[in-house]
Amino acid sequence: MIAVLPTVLTVIALLASLGALALVIANKPLVLGSKLTTTLLVPVVLLEIGLLVQAVVGVVRMSGTDRQIDELTFVGYLFGPVVIVPVAVVWGLSERTRFGPAVLLVGCLSVPVMILRLAQIWAGHA
Amino acid sequence: MPEPARDLSEATRSGPGRLLIAVYGIFALAATSRSAVQIGTRFSEAPLPYLLSAFAALVYILATVALARGDGTSRRVALVSCAVELAGVVVVGAVSLLAPDAFPDATVWSGFGSGYGFIPLVLPVLGLLWIRRINSSAT
Repeated sequence: MIAVLPTVLTVIALLASLGALALVIANKPLVLGSKLTTTLLVPVVLLEIGLLVQAVVGVVRMSGTDRQIDELTFVGYLFGPVVIVPVAVVWGLSERTRFGPAVLLVGCLSVPVMILRLAQIWAGHA
Repeated sequence: MPEPARDLSEATRSGPGRLLIAVYGIFALAATSRSAVQIGTRFSEAPLPYLLSAFAALVYILATVALARGDGTSRRVALVSCAVELAGVVVVGAVSLLAPDAFPDATVWSGFGSGYGFIPLVLPVLGLLWIRRINSSAT
């Protein structure tokens, strides 16, 4: 779809997942303003911006292609992660235990899965 | 001495419950989107599986909301949702293997949820265990 963006987003999502996993293992909750949480939220914010760019570019590319792809599903997978990541942040921040970063971990891990599905749909295999 | 109801609502959506609701939420979103696309674009191709997809989506939404609310009534609703979901994934999983012709297009529950890393099979079990644990802490 877009040469490097999905790969970059996958890497950022996996890095953020690793950071969240580290907090889970260290038994640290997400606390807004704490150094650990702020450090973790930097890649998450980058990820969200990248996902928004991908959604916009994806829709533009889709409307410009002549090939038959499942357009509605494609749009769903473009905007799904845009919604899931911030909701995971808010939901994880409202938890006072290690299950806060665990929520963020699940949210971030869903991103590479959806990017993979995007690539499959774009290639016409779905 | 039973805990006040408010504490139990909070307990239902805290700790492991918080994570459970997050995964349920993602599945509610995934199942709803999938079902909307199926019914909106090609319903006549396979009405039965597509209606089943819509039903699955509804059950996931119900379970997500009920677990997040967490009061006594909601926990009963969540219990029923999880039980229906478990029955659904087992029955649809078995039918999709034994009589693949009945499901020309996949639902979340086909192949015991194999298209979604078998999470649809594990999720209701965890949901039932979690509600049981909260309920047992109430007495």
